Amino acid sequence: MQILNVFLVIFLIVAAIMVERTKDLLSAVIIFTSYSLMMALLWLLLRAPDVAMTEAAIGAGITTNLFVVVISRTRRTEK
Amino acid sequence: MDDLFVRITTRMILPFIQIYGLYVIIHGHLSPGGAFSGGSIFAASIVLYTLAYGLKPGQKRLPHHISSKIETGGILFFILIGLIGVALGYTFLTNQEAGFPMGEIGRVLSAGLIPVVTFALGLKVMSTVVTLFHTMMEEE
Repeated sequence: MQILNVFLVIFLIVAAIMVERTKDLLSAVIIFTSYSLMMALLWLLLRAPDVAMTEAAIGAGITTNLFVVVISRTRRTEK
Repeated sequence: MDDLFVRITTRMILPFIQIYGLYVIIHGHLSPGGAFSGGSIFAASIVLYTLAYGLKPGQKRLPHHISSKIETGGILFFILIGLIGVALGYTFLTNQEAGFPMGEIGRVLSAGLIPVVTFALGLKVMSTVVTLFHTMMEEE
C-alpha cells in the first residue's frame, strides 16, 4: 500500500509538470484528466470517499468536457 | 459526433448512471456523497447524451426554461424548509425541535428534513451543470 501511495504521488507530480510544459492544448487537457483520476484514487486511499466521488465526477468528467468544448471553439495550440 | 457505437453504448449506459446519481443524492445522510456529488453524476449523464446525440436532442431532453425553473425552485424550496424553523420560533433550518419526524437510524426516510433538502439541492446542482454545458455548446 505504501508503494502504491508513493507511485501515485510521483505520477501526480510528473503529470502536473507535463500539463505546464505541453504546447498542444488538447493533450494538456487529457493529461489533466489523468491527473484528476489519479487524484480521485489518492483521495480514496486517504479515506475521503466523499471528495473522491466529487473529484471523479467533476474533475474527470465535467471539466474535461468543458475544456474540450472551449478548445473546439478557439485555437488548439498555444502561442 | 456521428458514431453508431457511441450512440448505442450511451443509450445502454444512461439509465444506470441516472439511477446511481439518484442513489447518491437520496442516501446523502447515510453514506458518502450527497447533493453535490450526486447532482454532478446525474448531470454527467445528460452531458454524455448531448455529446453523443448532438445539441438539439439534448436540449429537447432538458430545455432551458425547464432547467432554469428547476434551479430556482430547488433553492426556493431549501429556503422555505429552513424558514419553517424560524416561523415556529427556532433558528434557521431547525430539525428535530420544529417537529420533523426523525425516524429510525439507518433508514432512508430518517433524519427529518435532511433527505428532502438534499434532494432539492441535488436537482439544483444537476440543472446548473447542464445549463452551463448547453450554454457553452450553443455559443458560435
